[in-house]
Amino acid sequence: MPPPVVALEAVEVDYAKRGRALGPFSLSIAAGEIVALVGPSGCGKSTALRLLAGLEQPTRGTVTRTAGRGETSVVFQAPTLAPWMTAQANVALPLELAGVPKKAARERAAQALARVGLAGAEQARPAQLSGGMAMRASLARALVTEPRLLLLDEPFAALDEITRRSLADDVLKLWRETGPAIVFVTHNVEEAAYMAARVAVLTRGPGRIAGEVNVPGHLPRLIGFRATPEFREAAEAVSDLLLKGSESLA
Amino acid sequence: MNRVLDVLAPFALIGLLLAGWEIACRVTGVPAYFLPAPSDVAVALATDTASLMQAAWNTLSVALISLMIASILAQAIALLVGLSPLIDRAVRPLASVLQVTPVVAIAPLVLIWAGIDHPERAIVALAVLVAFFPIFSGAVTGLKAADPDLERLFDLYGASRLQRVLRLRLPSAVPFLLEGHKVGAGLAVIGAVVAEFGAGSGGVRGLAWRILDAGNKLQTARMIAALVVLGLMGVVLHALLERAERTGLAWWRGR
Repeated sequence: MPPPVVALEAVEVDYAKRGRALGPFSLSIAAGEIVALVGPSGCGKSTALRLLAGLEQPTRGTVTRTAGRGETSVVFQAPTLAPWMTAQANVALPLELAGVPKKAARERAAQALARVGLAGAEQARPAQLSGGMAMRASLARALVTEPRLLLLDEPFAALDEITRRSLADDVLKLWRETGPAIVFVTHNVEEAAYMAARVAVLTRGPGRIAGEVNVPGHLPRLIGFRATPEFREAAEAVSDLLLKGSESLA
Repeated sequence: MNRVLDVLAPFALIGLLLAGWEIACRVTGVPAYFLPAPSDVAVALATDTASLMQAAWNTLSVALISLMIASILAQAIALLVGLSPLIDRAVRPLASVLQVTPVVAIAPLVLIWAGIDHPERAIVALAVLVAFFPIFSGAVTGLKAADPDLERLFDLYGASRLQRVLRLRLPSAVPFLLEGHKVGAGLAVIGAVVAEFGAGSGGVRGLAWRILDAGNKLQTARMIAALVVLGLMGVVLHALLERAERTGLAWWRGR
């Protein structure tokens, strides 16, 4: 078995004022794997994601990352685009910061925008994009570096149902093209079961693993997957774990 | 119809007040050195137009030069403060002292330092002092106002300190800088006028000097005429700055 892209081992995170936010918590992500982190609000999902990204260090426990600095991308809940730059300049930013010449960076940015369905919107400013389009631009910025690890922090939470469904399919399609390991945080059970091959459920904060559910079936999902018994069973299993996780401490 | 009324309302009030003033002067026969009638002020405005404009320009140009110097100084120091928390700690108390000290109180000292032959230097220095703070505090606030998630992305992409300042913090500060310059420009004019008063008759021949000069000669109508020009200049300047700020913000936001 190849080494994981990133592994958390018995990590705990304590914050000075809020106390324990997460853990003890272990999670290992294999190359090219899609994992969903599901849990009630305040369970430390986003903290776990920041540990995976290397943006934060655990108070105790170890984080092992084989994905290098430029090989990790994060998409936040908000598009987090710089308002003073065009969509293309925003997408080119990670490349330019890494020292890629401006012209080449802009070209790759245009390609990345085209891949997420934003061809023609290169010169648009974030304020001129709809919520879904801005999220796509944010996704393009995350993909432009061709990361080995893509982290999504409740990426579609602010979007309407139709937009989030089509974005979920697009993310899976893009995943098949370049094959990064994907970890995404959500509190939407169906979204987790639809997008991930493995769903890790967290307990109420401070979050621990309440259990894991493997979702069978082809990735990217085939048409009508939401109506299959496999999908329903997986979603039910995740819901049960969520309920158990919040009761165990109640 | 309502919009026409909205536009006319302030002018109607001004006209009404002026009419009342004119009538009161004529009926009571109050001496012109005490309170001249608006018509006397209008005559003073008309006869002195050229020299009043010259005086207004003298004051305005001092204010604009001061604004430029204050802008460069304030932004440079704000950048240093933004780069180093230690410098921030060192500078803050001094900056606060500068902010709360009235310019009239420092004026005599600065006038001595500038020397008797160069009161204009003192006036510029004092106006710079007044215009400095809003720009400085806007810049310091703005440099810290970047989206924290964008800051995290810059962490993730391994951005250098310089890249972070040039490509994230400075652009994020633009709305605060615009606001700071708007307030600073208004204060620079006030600072220039106050400093002119402090410099007295030997100073730059600006609007404050006109007011002092006419006052010494008890030419009250000319005093008021200079005040009217000063007020108009302030209104026009404010309107221009408002527009500049809005245009700048629209450019920054992209709509």
